[in-house]
Amino acid sequence: MLNYLARRLSATLVVLTLVSMSVFGIFAVLPMDPAALTCGKACYPAVIEANRHRLGLDVPVQVQYGRFVKGLFVGRNYGEGAASISCPAPAFGYSFNRHECVTSLIAEAFPVTLSLALGAFVLWISVGVGLGIVAARRRNQWPDRAATVFVLVGTSLPTFISGILILLFVGLKFHLIDPLNLGRWVSPLADPVAWFRTFIFPWIILALAYAASYTRFTRSNVIETSSEDYIRTARAKGLSEKVILQKHTLRAAVAPIVTLAGLDFAGLLGGAIITEQIFNLPGLGRLSIRAVLQDYDLPTIVATTILAATFVVVANLLVDIAYAYLDPRVRVA
Amino acid sequence: MTTNKPFLEVKNLNVAFPTEDGLVKASSDISFSVARGETLAVVGESGSGKSVTSLAVMGLHNRRSAQISGQAFLNLESGPVDVISADEEVVRKLRGKAMSMIFQDPMSALHPYYSIGNQLVEAWSLYNEGSAQDGKKRAIEMLDLVGIPAASKRVDEYPHQFSGGMRQRVMIAMALINNPSLLIADEPTTALDVTVQSQILKLIRDMQQEFNMALILITHDLGVVAEVADRVNVMYAGKIVESGSAEDIYYRPDHPYAIGLLNSIPRVDKLEDTRLVAIPGQPPSLIHLPQGCSFRARCEFADRVPGNLCATTTPSLDQKGADHFSRCHLPESELVKARVEIGGRK
Repeated sequence: MLNYLARRLSATLVVLTLVSMSVFGIFAVLPMDPAALTCGKACYPAVIEANRHRLGLDVPVQVQYGRFVKGLFVGRNYGEGAASISCPAPAFGYSFNRHECVTSLIAEAFPVTLSLALGAFVLWISVGVGLGIVAARRRNQWPDRAATVFVLVGTSLPTFISGILILLFVGLKFHLIDPLNLGRWVSPLADPVAWFRTFIFPWIILALAYAASYTRFTRSNVIETSSEDYIRTARAKGLSEKVILQKHTLRAAVAPIVTLAGLDFAGLLGGAIITEQIFNLPGLGRLSIRAVLQDYDLPTIVATTILAATFVVVANLLVDIAYAYLDPRVRVA
Repeated sequence: MTTNKPFLEVKNLNVAFPTEDGLVKASSDISFSVARGETLAVVGESGSGKSVTSLAVMGLHNRRSAQISGQAFLNLESGPVDVISADEEVVRKLRGKAMSMIFQDPMSALHPYYSIGNQLVEAWSLYNEGSAQDGKKRAIEMLDLVGIPAASKRVDEYPHQFSGGMRQRVMIAMALINNPSLLIADEPTTALDVTVQSQILKLIRDMQQEFNMALILITHDLGVVAEVADRVNVMYAGKIVESGSAEDIYYRPDHPYAIGLLNSIPRVDKLEDTRLVAIPGQPPSLIHLPQGCSFRARCEFADRVPGNLCATTTPSLDQKGADHFSRCHLPESELVKARVEIGGRK
C-alpha cells in the first residue's frame, strides 16, 4: 500500500510539473504582449520596456518559468528599489491591471468558490444518490418515474436558464434575495445566516444538473449490482433485505460514484463560471472570466488555470487512494 | 438410507414468470422428496427448470415477478413449514439455517469487497450469539474442515486471492457454517477445472455425511450423478420426465430423453468406432409448450405409440418400477426395443 502511494504521489508531481509547463508555454507563445497590456492607450515604448523589465518579461521563457516556480516557493519581488512590489510565497504572479498579487486575488475568490462547491456538492450527493437508490429499489413504480422526470428536467435545463428563472421568479419575486446585495460575500464564521442566504440559490442551481446525472448513475449502478451473484449469495445466507442493501449492494455500487464525485467536485473548485456570473458571486470563475474577457490579465489566467488543473490532479490522487480503500482488489495491483 | 421421513417434500410445485411475450412456465407439476443423508440428483439440459425449482424451495425468487404455486414442506423439529406459502420473513430465517445453497460460479458468488472471514462470520452471527472472536474461530474451523490450508491466515484474505476451487470450498464452508439440514448444490463443479471438480464433489459428499444433510445436486454431468446420487430426477422442459434410483436410470432408463442423455456421454467400454449420439433438435419454448408430450418433436419413438397419443395427451408420471416413475406413452414392449436400438448404435 505504501509502495502504491509513493508511486501515485510521484506520478502526480510529474503531471503537475508538465501541466504548469504547458500552461506557461501556451501563454508565452500567444500573439499578445503582456508588457504592452500594462499601460493604457497613450503609452510610450519606454514605459512598456520598463514594465517589461519590471515584470521579468524580458528574459527567455524558460528563465521566466524558472522564476515563476521559484516564486511559488519563496515569494517574488517585481522591480527594484522603492517602487518594487513584493508578493509573498506562494507567488503566482502580479496582476498589473488590478495592482495586486495574483495570490491575494485568488485568496479572496477561493472561499467563495469553495462555499459554492461544497454546498452544492452536499446537496447533489444527498439528492442524487438518495433518489437513485430509491428509484432502483422501487423500479418501474411511481418513485422511479418521478425520478426519471427529475433527471430529464435536470439534465436538459442549462444552468444559464434555470439560474435566471430561479433568480427572477423565486428569489426576487418572493423577496428572498436582496438585489443590492446579490452575491455579497460573507464569511460563514461571521454571519452564517447571511452566508446561507447568499448561497442557497446558487447551490440549488449548481446541484440540479449534477444531482440529475447522479440519480441516473446511482440508479443504474444499484440495479446492476443487485443482480450480481454475490447479492444472491447474501440472500441465500438469510440476510435481511435491509442488510443486503446497506452492506452488500451499496458498498459495491458506491465505489464508482466516489470516483465520479471526487473529480466533479475538483472540477468545480476551479470555479463555476456560469453560476458565479448569474449570481454575481466573486469566486474563481468570475476572476478567470474577468481576466480573460475584460483585462487580458495573463498572470491571473495562468494562475487560475494551473490551480484548476492542480485541483483535478490532486482529486485524482485522492480518488485513487479512496478506491484502494474501498476495493481490496486494487490494493495489490 | 431412505427409510426415514423426508426432510423436504415438494408437492405439485409450479413456477412461472410473466413476461411481455407470455407466461414462461419454467417448472410445472414438480413433486419429489429428499431425506437427510440422501442425495437427490437433478439432471437435464439448460433451461429445463432445475435451478428454478430449487430457487423456489429456497424462496429466492422475487415474489412479485414469479408466480409460484404448490407446496414445499420442510419437516423441521418444530413441525412442517410450507416455504411456498409461508411469510417471506419466516422463509428468510430458514435460509442459511435449515437450508443452504451453493452456486455454479464461485468466482462471482462471493462479495469482492469483504474478506472471507467477514463473509463467514456474517453468516454465522445471523443464527448464533457470541463475539466476533467466537465467530472468527468458527469460521477458521469451517475453512479448515473444507480443506483450506493455513485457514487461520487465509481467513483475512479476500476472494480474489483464492483460486476457483478454493472459492467453492469457501462457499461450502459458508453454506454449512450453521449446520443446515438441506444443502442444494446448483452445478457446483461446472465452472471449475476438471481436476478440481472431483475434489469438490468428494468434499460435498464428505460434508453431507459429516452433517447428515439432505443433498440436492443439480448437474448436467451424468458421470457425477452415477457417482453420488441415491435418486435421480431427469427434467425436460420444466417437468420431471423420469425419476428413480440411480440404478434404475442407468440400467433401466424408461424415457426416451433419459435414454438419449445416457447415450450422449462417452463410455470407456464402447470407445471403438462409436460416435456420440446427440439428441436432435432444441427443447421447446417454455412459453408455447406444445400440446401433448413436450419431448415429442425430438423423440424418434413417438410414431410407435398407438393412436397419436403423444400429440394429444400430456403423459402422466406413471410408476414403472418399485420407486421408478416416467412420463412416456411408449408401451413396455416397444421400450425394450428402443433401449437396445439406441444403446447398440454405432
